[in-house]
Amino acid sequence: MAPKTPLSRREFVKDAGGLLIGFSLMDATMLPRLLAAPADDAALVPSPGRLDGWLRIEKDETIRVFTGKAEIGMGVQTALSQIVAEELDAPFEHISFVMADTAITPDQGGVGGSTSVAQGGKPLRNAAATARVVLLQLASQRLGVPLEQLQVKNGVVSVMGDPAKSISYGALAGSPDLHEALKTTGDGFGLNVEGAGKPKAPSTYTVVGQPIPRVDMRPKVLGQFSYAGDVRVPGMLHGRVVRPVGVGSTLQGVDESSVKEIPGMVKVVVKGNFVGVVAQTEWSAIRAAQALKVSWTAPKAAFPDQQDLYRHLRTATPKVSKDGIVRGDAAAAMSSAAKKVQASYDWPFQSHATMGPGCGIADVQPDGVTTIWSGGQKPHSLQKAIAELLHVPLERIRIVWVEDAGSYGRPGFDDIAGDAVLLSQAVGKPVRVQWMRADMTAWGAKGNPVAFDLAGGLDADGKVSAFQFTSRALSGTEITPQPVTAGNLLACQLTGILNAAAADEFAQYGEASAEYQIPNVHAVGHVVATFDPVASPLRTTHFRDPNGPATAFAVESFMDEMAASAGADPIEFRLKHLSDPRAKAVLAAAAEKAGWDSRPSPKKSVGAGELLTGRGVGLGVRNGTYVATIAEVEVNRGTGAARVKRFVCAHDCGLIVNPDGLRGVIAANLMHSMSRAMKEEVKFDRSQVTSMDWVTYPVVRASDVPEQVDIVLINHPELPAGGAGEPSSRPTAGAIANAVFDATGARVRQAPLTPPRIKAALASKA
Amino acid sequence: MSRASLKVNGQVHAIDVDPETPLLYVLRDNLGQHNPRFGCGLGQCGACTVLVDNRPTRSCLLPVSRAVGKEIVTLEGLSHGENPHPVQTAFIDEQVFQCGYCLNGWVLTTKALLDKNPNPSDAEMRKAFETLVCRCGSHVRIFSAVRRASDAMRRSA
Repeated sequence: MAPKTPLSRREFVKDAGGLLIGFSLMDATMLPRLLAAPADDAALVPSPGRLDGWLRIEKDETIRVFTGKAEIGMGVQTALSQIVAEELDAPFEHISFVMADTAITPDQGGVGGSTSVAQGGKPLRNAAATARVVLLQLASQRLGVPLEQLQVKNGVVSVMGDPAKSISYGALAGSPDLHEALKTTGDGFGLNVEGAGKPKAPSTYTVVGQPIPRVDMRPKVLGQFSYAGDVRVPGMLHGRVVRPVGVGSTLQGVDESSVKEIPGMVKVVVKGNFVGVVAQTEWSAIRAAQALKVSWTAPKAAFPDQQDLYRHLRTATPKVSKDGIVRGDAAAAMSSAAKKVQASYDWPFQSHATMGPGCGIADVQPDGVTTIWSGGQKPHSLQKAIAELLHVPLERIRIVWVEDAGSYGRPGFDDIAGDAVLLSQAVGKPVRVQWMRADMTAWGAKGNPVAFDLAGGLDADGKVSAFQFTSRALSGTEITPQPVTAGNLLACQLTGILNAAAADEFAQYGEASAEYQIPNVHAVGHVVATFDPVASPLRTTHFRDPNGPATAFAVESFMDEMAASAGADPIEFRLKHLSDPRAKAVLAAAAEKAGWDSRPSPKKSVGAGELLTGRGVGLGVRNGTYVATIAEVEVNRGTGAARVKRFVCAHDCGLIVNPDGLRGVIAANLMHSMSRAMKEEVKFDRSQVTSMDWVTYPVVRASDVPEQVDIVLINHPELPAGGAGEPSSRPTAGAIANAVFDATGARVRQAPLTPPRIKAALASKA
Repeated sequence: MSRASLKVNGQVHAIDVDPETPLLYVLRDNLGQHNPRFGCGLGQCGACTVLVDNRPTRSCLLPVSRAVGKEIVTLEGLSHGENPHPVQTAFIDEQVFQCGYCLNGWVLTTKALLDKNPNPSDAEMRKAFETLVCRCGSHVRIFSAVRRASDAMRRSA
């Protein structure tokens, strides 16, 4: 039951008073049931400049940590818990997290860019170190013993030489306010705080670096875990949306009588081209959405024929262009090169196609006080968009993040919140909107396509003397990575609110790929405008390592083409063009683990049988994380079908916080990126996306999984922890394409590497 | 609407719903179960898997009327009190999943597979799993967990 009196922020802050006030009210399981705060209390949200904005100690020894970061399935809560437990010298089991609730957690920019541990861990580390100092001072007063004679172990402060004299952290809870102030710097991902406590030297770590099991694994496997779709709010109704028949089609009419016989039907909601239904039960809402007779105008033929997509990218006048790495004189060096290599590569639209299509619950009250339960990665941004949509001050909107299916970027979970808000507003009750499969796969925003044109010149020694790189990325992100404006949301675009916050992102060599030591380089990135900017099922956004897998596919394939032209082994060729010791180290580690036989590609002796085998390598460097992946493939020369038999992945992300969690993330990343490399391509006709489900948008299945996956972790405790959520997605497609070339001598330059494409490459070679 | 009783995890529940309602929504919305989960509503992914008379079944497609009189077991129902089923123990020990949204399908399909075939070959295992999706790509650890569960169950048999 919802409390009759909603938790006000004033109450919250009064209760939270200082660092050490007991805070049992904030039972995490109650969180989704609390209602939004009255607007006038808004200024009292705990500040990131106070220690109690980050963590609180409770009388039962619970250490409750408040973070703007969210768990999207990669184990970040476990890693962050280790960081906090380490600095506090507290038992790992005592750490409890409240994640990404705009009313009570700091704004850390949400989740993105593999930054949650690398950047998001910093303020938590510093806050925990400062809390330890504060707790020691308190214990010193309580025990009447000078600070320097105290020690902390397992959350208990004791006197050195007299361990019976002790007091636990929990027993220190309830002490007077300390109002410990922290110095804040930066914002968003970069928000950091510093206080009196200095973090430990990594060489002394006992919790960070340990393979501690994930805190969410057991409840998930036992069926005791709640996702966003499990949130139930008293009085809640069920909504579904009905999308237009294609881009640019407008609503002509809705025949409400077509659904009036459906039991539990509450309302058909129409606002511009936004159409939804609300019913008492989920099944009734589904039936109503299917049965509702809606007439639409014919959609626009806004999209090119699918087969013309890359021609369009290459011939359209770019919306914006930007030089990337420019060094030496690439054109002059190219004209004097001993050998020239040229190749073009294409990367398709891809769908996040999340496992659950996503769920959002909105409770819009008459005065605009609104609570939204959502699994999106950017709750504090979504708060801004919804405030604009409802024309109310930001403080009246509370976004409570609840874990949903793994999101891999911005699949549309924010759009669902927009749908739920419009439906809740229309019926005056909380409404839960569960997207159906086609809402996600067909209508969710897409990872953008890119076309690449590359040229390289080799000198007489077989070294690359010139490199010319051109990328053309469709639109980058016409819905920005953060949903900061209402026009960013699909529902709003359908009601006629235009999106005014597009961002242009480039697929640049050296940023979205590894960079090699080449004396003369000219890299340029173009962004090509999208086909139709309003409510398009082909609108683009961030999808796991935005532009990374595409750009690395092009650059790593091309490095292999140049190595083949030079008659060099692909790994030795790369090593000759690298100076960064960490990049070289991952390549060497992967080669050693794989038992790499040094020789040029393709393989000389292609067997007589139907199945050909080969191996290929790809390198990925992303914000200080280094990944080398080797794929061993088997290609059926009759059908063109390729299978990865083995992956070897060497991974260096600096300090490793949890090696077992990291291995799990990498192993999954390899399958996810293999799926994108070999299977995934959003299909569309002139006005609509035709990839709608798991049949029309195939992904990796059990039969595709390699027989062997070897992961080599390189730990650098002396370096900061880097990101790991995305980097190992980056080199996979290049490694597979290079392995197919090694096996067959046929080069596939268009992803995904489907059997027809491989077969065509085999035929054109023959 | 029609009245019927449904046996879920050993407990009999009286329900009063449209007999065409897929079992998924009855379990989630009428009986308040958090598992199974909605994935596609098309029988293509397995997120909504339950065991019906020990056969892995897509509850998003099965009209509730066809589940009446059968033994329905959901993911919660696999464990006995605080004791996880050996398959669950193996999946926990292998730290299998990323988001875990798909896991009803994998865990319950493994349970049914090992009941029929305690020591499946690699090919048999892949065949049993071919209709399931794990979007995060946790397959390598899933396969390890199946082997671990198979070993544990045969040792204790």
